[in-house]
Amino acid sequence: MSRSDQTEGLTALDRPNSYIGQSVPRPNLDRLLQGRGQYVSDLVLPRMVHVAFVRSPRAHARIAAIDTEAAKAMPGVVAVVTGRELAAVVTPWVGVLAHLKGLKSAPQHAMAIDRVCWQGEAVVAVLASSRALAEDAVEAVEVSYEELPAVTDMRSALDPATPVIHPDLGDNLAFERNHDAGAVDAAFAEADEVVEAEFVFGRHTGVTLEPRAVVADWNVGERRLTIYQGTQAPHMVQNIAAKHLDLAEQQVRVVCKDVGGSFGIKVHIYADEMATYGLAKLLRRPVKFVADRVESFNTDIHARDHICKGRIAVNRNGSIKAFEIDDLTGIGPYSMYPRTSAIEANQVVNLVGGQYTTPNYRARARVVFQNKNVTCQYRAVGHPIACSVTEGLVDLAARRIGMDPVQIRRLNLIGDDAYPCASPTGLRFEALSHHASLQKLLQMMDYEALRAEQARLRRRGIHRGIGLASFIEVTNPGAAFYGVGGARISSQDGVTVRLDAAGSVTCYTSITEQGQGSEAITAQIVASGLGVSIDRVRVVLGDTDATPYGGGTWASRAAGIGGEAALQSAKTLRGNILQVAAAILQARPADLDISDNAVVDPSSGERKIELSELARIVFFRPDTLPPGLQPEMVATRHFVPRQYGFAFTNGIQASWLEVDTATGFISLLDHWVVEDCGTVINPQLVDEQVRGGVVQGLGAALFEHCIYDERGQLTNANMADYLVPMAAEMPDIAVGHVVTPTKESELGAKGAGEAGTAGAAAAVANAVNDALSPFGVTITEIPLTPRVILSALGRA
Amino acid sequence: MTTARIALMVNGEKISAEVPARLNLADFVRDQLGLTGTHVGCEHGVCGACTMRVNGEIIRSCLTLAVQADGCAVETIEGLSDSGEIADLQAAFRERNALQCGYCTPGMLITAQDLLLKHADPERTEIREHLSGNYCRCTGYHAIVDAVERTAKARQRRP
Repeated sequence: MSRSDQTEGLTALDRPNSYIGQSVPRPNLDRLLQGRGQYVSDLVLPRMVHVAFVRSPRAHARIAAIDTEAAKAMPGVVAVVTGRELAAVVTPWVGVLAHLKGLKSAPQHAMAIDRVCWQGEAVVAVLASSRALAEDAVEAVEVSYEELPAVTDMRSALDPATPVIHPDLGDNLAFERNHDAGAVDAAFAEADEVVEAEFVFGRHTGVTLEPRAVVADWNVGERRLTIYQGTQAPHMVQNIAAKHLDLAEQQVRVVCKDVGGSFGIKVHIYADEMATYGLAKLLRRPVKFVADRVESFNTDIHARDHICKGRIAVNRNGSIKAFEIDDLTGIGPYSMYPRTSAIEANQVVNLVGGQYTTPNYRARARVVFQNKNVTCQYRAVGHPIACSVTEGLVDLAARRIGMDPVQIRRLNLIGDDAYPCASPTGLRFEALSHHASLQKLLQMMDYEALRAEQARLRRRGIHRGIGLASFIEVTNPGAAFYGVGGARISSQDGVTVRLDAAGSVTCYTSITEQGQGSEAITAQIVASGLGVSIDRVRVVLGDTDATPYGGGTWASRAAGIGGEAALQSAKTLRGNILQVAAAILQARPADLDISDNAVVDPSSGERKIELSELARIVFFRPDTLPPGLQPEMVATRHFVPRQYGFAFTNGIQASWLEVDTATGFISLLDHWVVEDCGTVINPQLVDEQVRGGVVQGLGAALFEHCIYDERGQLTNANMADYLVPMAAEMPDIAVGHVVTPTKESELGAKGAGEAGTAGAAAAVANAVNDALSPFGVTITEIPLTPRVILSALGRA
Repeated sequence: MTTARIALMVNGEKISAEVPARLNLADFVRDQLGLTGTHVGCEHGVCGACTMRVNGEIIRSCLTLAVQADGCAVETIEGLSDSGEIADLQAAFRERNALQCGYCTPGMLITAQDLLLKHADPERTEIREHLSGNYCRCTGYHAIVDAVERTAKARQRRP
């Protein structure tokens, strides 16, 4: 529904006592603050057993023999199950989507049967009365492997001499996409300058503080499987579990309470999770799997791992004439299920250059198999790659023609008055605010003063740099992401709002909570749309038996899609309540409103009847209501945007840092972000999403790297060797907003969860190159470790 | 398997238990005492999620054996919450949204309280330094530093 279609009174945004736009503290934080959360790791069920997996120590090998006899005799062991035995209850899958033309992958089983394809792949499940006893027995399982050649280097994965990991597929190419728009060759031929670079992005991973955790409970008496899992998408889990365990969807219930971090790590279904569901069915009792940290590093999806060659054509007046990229990424041995591992490369092709006016753009992306852990969608999917390549090239172009980085962006960013318009890849932009955002950023950071300080310090041998990174972000995705490709992953969400007998409100939403504040914004919207105080609203989420059907929380979609469903269901319930109130009060519904938990006269504010009193009449004295009036104190509404495939947001980040040219260490001094996510429902929550996202991007920029050796062994699978951002190294982060609501919903909210991650690494890389400009070096590789810096300076 | 009998105080309550010698303190309080507010993140002493207080000092309970706590006074997030000792710090975290998923939060609160007991008026850099052994993937730390700083200033103003 668009703004102009509104027929009734004020919008939820400007109703009296609206919570929208207020920094309301999240409800129910106290339980987390007191250590009284309910994470899956904490869950204990009667007769529950724990599973530990024997995992492959090899990257690629044939399984010659498995001996489980000694393990079965170990104390506390309940069962030892091989991949072949498990295959009787769990069918294999292939991670492809129809709209990613040509994407191929091989059948993957819950546990390896004949062959292991990455170090860490589960081979045998050991179930025991405690995790410790299960781990003891894991040591007693004997697996003989015949090692096969491991494909580890993505650069040579497609060479004819390289072994093909899945011979039935013909080659190691999972997916390729080519795009050519405008007149690229002519633009490069005619431009004053052409600058090119190769950008390298290390593999990294999510490192959720609570590892992946699942308890699966097959109740053979009810013939129902209850899956307690820290997941972002309960209905997707329900669908996939049912499909591969030969159950009807209604036989599967997915319950998701508190989740200790997700960031995309927990939006997938992993082979060991599918194994856990199957083991519960085999053993007819609850089975608990909680990954330990080594398992997390070896099996949680990895992300990035791209090598992207880029070229930019620019004229000496600053006009950017064309972009061209050639992206290569390695995804491990299988395309992940069910969202596939081709989405990130596809996003890179979609997004490069998308903030700029040039229509000339050519891209190739190739996605190759390797014998390493799988990669898949992780916070800001593809955006950090696209942003780093685009903004890196723009800075290189500016330097080549001797132009300030701000000026080249002013000249080339799409004008704020140019909308609606489309990108060279056909992405449609409803309304963005690149120039307003840039202007606000420059004010926040006091750009001119920083440049002066930089020059002053440089004379003293102190090397500080300023880096800018403008970005666009995909949010509020419709069916175009997964549904059109045949995946049963809902792009719509639903919300049910119910007035209870004591006048309080219970709300059921299909979006999920992993700490973003889904519960809070739902309560804010429902309270505002209905006219009740927020403490009267209780939000229920994360239970497929209770909530409407929907997608969950991922791809920056919960507030924009689930939030609109909440608003519309609250408004519908308000209409229902006012109909009853009008009958009781002998008035017209149009002459009444709800405010502060009472039906009121909107002009005078006079309280006509308390909602608690109305509820009492409805539920306990319906005999006093007029004949023919059936009160409906429950309303459900669903929503998905359909005019635009995605609600694009935009923003810009800036980094101010110092490079120690003697040690190669980088000190982050300041970081600024201006972003435009449309209507801001809760400013504090949006700011904290941005800050958390930025720091995840800073980790990628400086520290995080899954380092494999040439045999496919992950060499730093622990938190002492895989570095993550900690408090001491991180800067304070200033966040500002420009507000351009989407007109596709009454709420006008777009997503904000990934903007921080999209641009942080690009800003840092540009700042490092700015700091090092006196040395005439350019670094286009992350993470920017001291070794990388010193190598570039010729001092390693 | 070697076991040992231990006697200790946990959140002011007398506890006596027979524990395997290899059992760590985090698993002991979580699995045997049901105190699941102590979280296990890395199990090798890096992430700080399992931080608790033993005889007044903060420790990594994943690197401490349960038998080492024999005769000790152990305090977990549940105890510090119920005693009211960190109520103001918890309120500051709530108001500032200094937690998202909440998994690091118990360890973060206990570490922050340790700083505030030792150093009543820390600078932001000192707060960051003291919390630098506690990993938070959600917040980016800024809000946590704000909440600790505000609590310190509020306690300074307290008579």
